[in-house]
Amino acid sequence: MSDDKPTTPPEPTPPPEEEKAPETAGEASEPSAPKTELSEEEKAAKIAAAKARAAEKAQAKEDAPPKEPWEEKAVPPEPEDAADDPDAVAVKGEMSGVVLSADRFAGDVTLTVPADRIVEVCQFLKRDCDYKFLVDLTAVDWPEREEGRFDVIYWLHRYDDSKRLRLRAVVAEDIPIASVTGVWKVADWMEREAYDLFGIIFEGHPGLERILTWEGFNGHPLRKDFPVEGIDTGAAIYPDVYPPGGGPPPEDALEEEGGAE
Amino acid sequence: MNGPQDSLFDVEEMEISFGPQHPATHGVLRVQMKLDGEKIMEAKPIIGYLHRGTEKLFETMDFPACIPHTDRMDYVAAATNNQGFCVTMEKLLGITIPPRAAYIRMILAEMQRLASHLVWLATHAVDIGAITPFFYTFRERDAILDLFEEYCGARLTLNTMKIGGVPFELPDGWVDRCSALVDGFGAHIDEYENLLTENRIWKKRTVGVGVVSAEDAVEWGLTGPPLRGSGVKWDIRKVFPYDRYDEIDFEIPIGTKGDTYDRYLVRIEEMRQSVRIIRQCLDRLPDGPYMAKVSKVLRAKEGMVYGSVEAPKGELGYFIVTTEKATAPYRCHVRPPSFINLQMLPAMVEGHLVADLMAVIGTLDIVLGEIDR
Repeated sequence: MSDDKPTTPPEPTPPPEEEKAPETAGEASEPSAPKTELSEEEKAAKIAAAKARAAEKAQAKEDAPPKEPWEEKAVPPEPEDAADDPDAVAVKGEMSGVVLSADRFAGDVTLTVPADRIVEVCQFLKRDCDYKFLVDLTAVDWPEREEGRFDVIYWLHRYDDSKRLRLRAVVAEDIPIASVTGVWKVADWMEREAYDLFGIIFEGHPGLERILTWEGFNGHPLRKDFPVEGIDTGAAIYPDVYPPGGGPPPEDALEEEGGAE
Repeated sequence: MNGPQDSLFDVEEMEISFGPQHPATHGVLRVQMKLDGEKIMEAKPIIGYLHRGTEKLFETMDFPACIPHTDRMDYVAAATNNQGFCVTMEKLLGITIPPRAAYIRMILAEMQRLASHLVWLATHAVDIGAITPFFYTFRERDAILDLFEEYCGARLTLNTMKIGGVPFELPDGWVDRCSALVDGFGAHIDEYENLLTENRIWKKRTVGVGVVSAEDAVEWGLTGPPLRGSGVKWDIRKVFPYDRYDEIDFEIPIGTKGDTYDRYLVRIEEMRQSVRIIRQCLDRLPDGPYMAKVSKVLRAKEGMVYGSVEAPKGELGYFIVTTEKATAPYRCHVRPPSFINLQMLPAMVEGHLVADLMAVIGTLDIVLGEIDR
């Protein structure tokens, strides 16, 4: 590799464009402006040739094996109405006005229920529809929405036929929603998490404390208006000592700390 | 019970804090306990020391960029985390993955299950006094990690799956080396069993400790080996088969009494079943592409979708909400199996000795990276 100089003499590469240009011109009937002055017959012949090529291509397409689903463009699922879902019908039959809407998306049924009747619905689903397992409980924040800021999502499972059902309850900020810890014990930590990260208050919860952040943390991180980069935690832990928004503590506070030592 | 005649010493309730810096907590778990002598009266797990805001981070990055972050949740089982996210995204976008990709995924996921169970067995045994299995299990785990490294360049944070398939073709000779490992694995599992299964000390420390009835297991939402140890035959791979698990023949092992020893037997048998699955996948590995045809920029429609996989610790679920034409999740919630399983800890240890707490934490097989997210 030390020999940098090329030993073979550079081959004289013929300029391809110049040679090709007269050739293509020669193919045409006249050397001057060949494309504009085609006779009708030539035009027809060209069109026929193009048609034949297209037909050939179409034939090849037909002959080719059908495309596998992974070779084609993916088609995302569409939302459908799920009012005919047996569980939606059962809940409607038991309690009137409880199913505000029923949708199916990607095979999962979502029932929207009023937040003030959530425990009633959950109890019915557990007792009569055999939804013994609460798989997941979480929340979604829609700060701009008028009917209420948070979606609280319950995701239930039935062992007998392995069916899953999603409940959605809309709650406004600072409006408590009843806790379902009395229905499923597993909801305990899930509700604590939703309280911690979204600030949703679950009424009747046995110990609604922060779980992932610490006691005294200021704010609810998964709200959309909470900055991704975080907040000054000094201010969060000692709001009386540190000014909100960060910065050094005022001098008198420092002196007090020093004095205490 | 608290009367002075029960004990020679003063019966005084003592409050101690176990962890967060303690090797037997498998991370940064803290358990605040009220003790009567050595008996646990009350235990309260305190978590959150490893909270990194992963769910918040998901909202700021486009779909493929989320996958490396899933690695860092259950960091001893990164492949199944990737798989959970990819399966959910494929459900949302309507993507069908090619069979070869599905088979490679299953091989990686089952190898990851083996690796994760080996870590569990090693640490669980060390926690309750048996140090020897550690050296045996980490030998095999290293062989698995070597294969991972050869495939994707990483040993722990694999980032080894993509939305629509897997990122790479298998390297030359990889299948043979994996075959050799899998064929010898049954003998290795026998070795661990020789060390523990009929070991008198092991049985004394595990039989009858942390008993969970089937009803309690369902009520507390346990999934994975803790649920199966209580005798509930339930596995996502069978119930909601993802990738191509419906084409594979395997059994779901279950326990009968629901104690720590049963959960140990269930996990050991699960390793044998994983070996069986990998064997079948390697034999049937189809040809063809390893990625589906997906657009370079993934755009979702408005919708909410939940997808789950059977991670080594239980049901790992992803709940993804998207808005119209979004390139990033509007909200991505993770249902970590360890988080839900750990919730059962106080009910399992009350009335037991402090030493049994280590056995119960070990048998739940928790990973704090996943609990705190």
